[in-house]
Amino acid sequence: MTDATQLVGNTRSTRKAGRYVYIASVVLLCAWVLVPLYFLLINTLSSPETVNSFPKSFIPEFDLGSLTFFAGFEGMLTALKNSIIVAAITMVLSVLIGAPAGYALSRFDFRGKELFRMLVLLTRAFPLPLLALPLAVLFIRTGLDDTAFGLALVHTTLAIPFAVLITFSLFSGIPIELEEAAWTLGCTRLTAFTKVVLPLILPGITASAIFAFVISWNEVFASAVLTIENRTLPAFLLQTLGEAPLHLKFAGGFILVVPALIFIFAVRKYLFAMWGIANR
Amino acid sequence: MAQIQIKNVAKNFGGYQALHDINLTIEDQEFMVLLGASGCGKTTLLRIVAGLETATTGEVWIGGKRVDHLAPKDRGIAMVFQNYAVFPHLTVFENIGFGLRMQKMSNEEVTRRVERTAGLMHIDQLLKRYSGELSGGQRQRVAVARALAMEPDVILMDEPLSNLDALLRLEMRAELKGVLAESKTTAIYVTHDQVEAMSLADRISVMHQGKIIQAATPIEVYRNPAAKFVAGFIGNPPMNFLDATPAGDGKWTVAGQVVDGPRVNLDRLQFAIRPEDIQLAEQGMSATAKVVEPLGAHLLVTCHVDGTSFRAVLDSDLTVRPGDTLMLSPQPDRVRWFDPETNLAVA
Repeated sequence: MTDATQLVGNTRSTRKAGRYVYIASVVLLCAWVLVPLYFLLINTLSSPETVNSFPKSFIPEFDLGSLTFFAGFEGMLTALKNSIIVAAITMVLSVLIGAPAGYALSRFDFRGKELFRMLVLLTRAFPLPLLALPLAVLFIRTGLDDTAFGLALVHTTLAIPFAVLITFSLFSGIPIELEEAAWTLGCTRLTAFTKVVLPLILPGITASAIFAFVISWNEVFASAVLTIENRTLPAFLLQTLGEAPLHLKFAGGFILVVPALIFIFAVRKYLFAMWGIANR
Repeated sequence: MAQIQIKNVAKNFGGYQALHDINLTIEDQEFMVLLGASGCGKTTLLRIVAGLETATTGEVWIGGKRVDHLAPKDRGIAMVFQNYAVFPHLTVFENIGFGLRMQKMSNEEVTRRVERTAGLMHIDQLLKRYSGELSGGQRQRVAVARALAMEPDVILMDEPLSNLDALLRLEMRAELKGVLAESKTTAIYVTHDQVEAMSLADRISVMHQGKIIQAATPIEVYRNPAAKFVAGFIGNPPMNFLDATPAGDGKWTVAGQVVDGPRVNLDRLQFAIRPEDIQLAEQGMSATAKVVEPLGAHLLVTCHVDGTSFRAVLDSDLTVRPGDTLMLSPQPDRVRWFDPETNLAVA
């Protein structure tokens, strides 16, 4: 009897300890992400004097000086426009190429399917700095250097693995019987796709498009190497903020981070799906 | 008007032979059930008729037209799937009307047909709902209505009732039989449930290891199984088998008794009898009762005869206890014989 109670007490305290470790880990991981973002926010919304002073305040003073500076900064709008153009092309290309690949992976059996799945991921294994020089040479020769399209091609290569994996898991989530039923009801492979599969995966396709957009939006290395006049926003800020005062660096970083954060937050459900975590 | 002919159809999956040289003719308006355990090739055969799978060799003819090279949509078929396959992004109305819209039918015609088939399947109250708002049974009704609305020559059903609970299955079974008889379409129905097969079919094709063992009316399959496999598969509890040795002049010795049998020149046969075709008698095969199960209407007794397990369905008024010795007498005209080498029936 006493043994039994002791045993129950033991498991209870182990469970309690496990819970504390769990909570601590969650708090630590959240802090890891949120604290730098919070400092970025505070410093963006502070006057130059506060940014450079010490100790730091933990309450933003809502000084919009740094942000208004960027609004009027020369080249800023062009860079923003370039960023949007490049990201938009990347978005379209990676869905157009990635979605059919994802469909094929989920619906057809072919030789080397597993190898292909791995190769898709392998494109992420080559460090961009390694590719940058040959790419730059190649682009100059073909006349693709310093163009939005050329840069979008590079960004598409970076975004495609994710587009393939997300759409693969989306298509796999749609029972093949739905398509088969459509075929027996008068559809061809194509009309079954447009009338049944597409409406069902449209939200997911949108998500993978947005994710491609964000990848392009955040990418700085290729943009800095492959463009000179038509720089995207990250490359432009990297170049101009090198010698800028600290408060402007914070504000520039803030401008870059916020859209990406919002987009990723909007499509988080589908990013989980990419890794096969059921979220429905 | 559609007769289905399956000629020399075989199917290989990689190195695995799923179907061996299948030949089967299904008459116009006939209700054919493909019955077999899972993995016997019945679903593969159905999918070959539907055009969702291609036969490795052989031909499929529907209504006098060769269709094995045609897409599913050009074969004049409609199919009901095991997991219903109701489109989740469309209402019940649009689900039932899906095939009709694909045929570019006028709005009035679509509405007329959808309302008629929905009425038949008793789902006219649900036309505005989505599949997520339906129960399993209702989804099944939508799937059947969607197939019927096409007014197809042939309706193919792949275990349509197996995802429903027992009571609903019973109800849907009777309803399906009525609706399909009314619609005058030829039907192929795949199931592993022998009761479903017996109750629905005009003819049953019993399949085993990629072959059709017997294709006959339910009562014929039950009374005169063509092979030992069919005898053991159909009927619950299944047929009893006992070894028999020749006693000369068409007589055979079974469990110490001499019975009339076929005049064949074999040194061994298997004697087979259904548990319900056995009575208690003054004289007969001596059996030791092992398990006694009162089933209400009957008494199911599992006993040992000649060292072999043997079941008998007896009158529920009898009192039998485990350990009792019973004298069992098989009804002579219900006895069947099988060749133990080929496992085929011997007349």
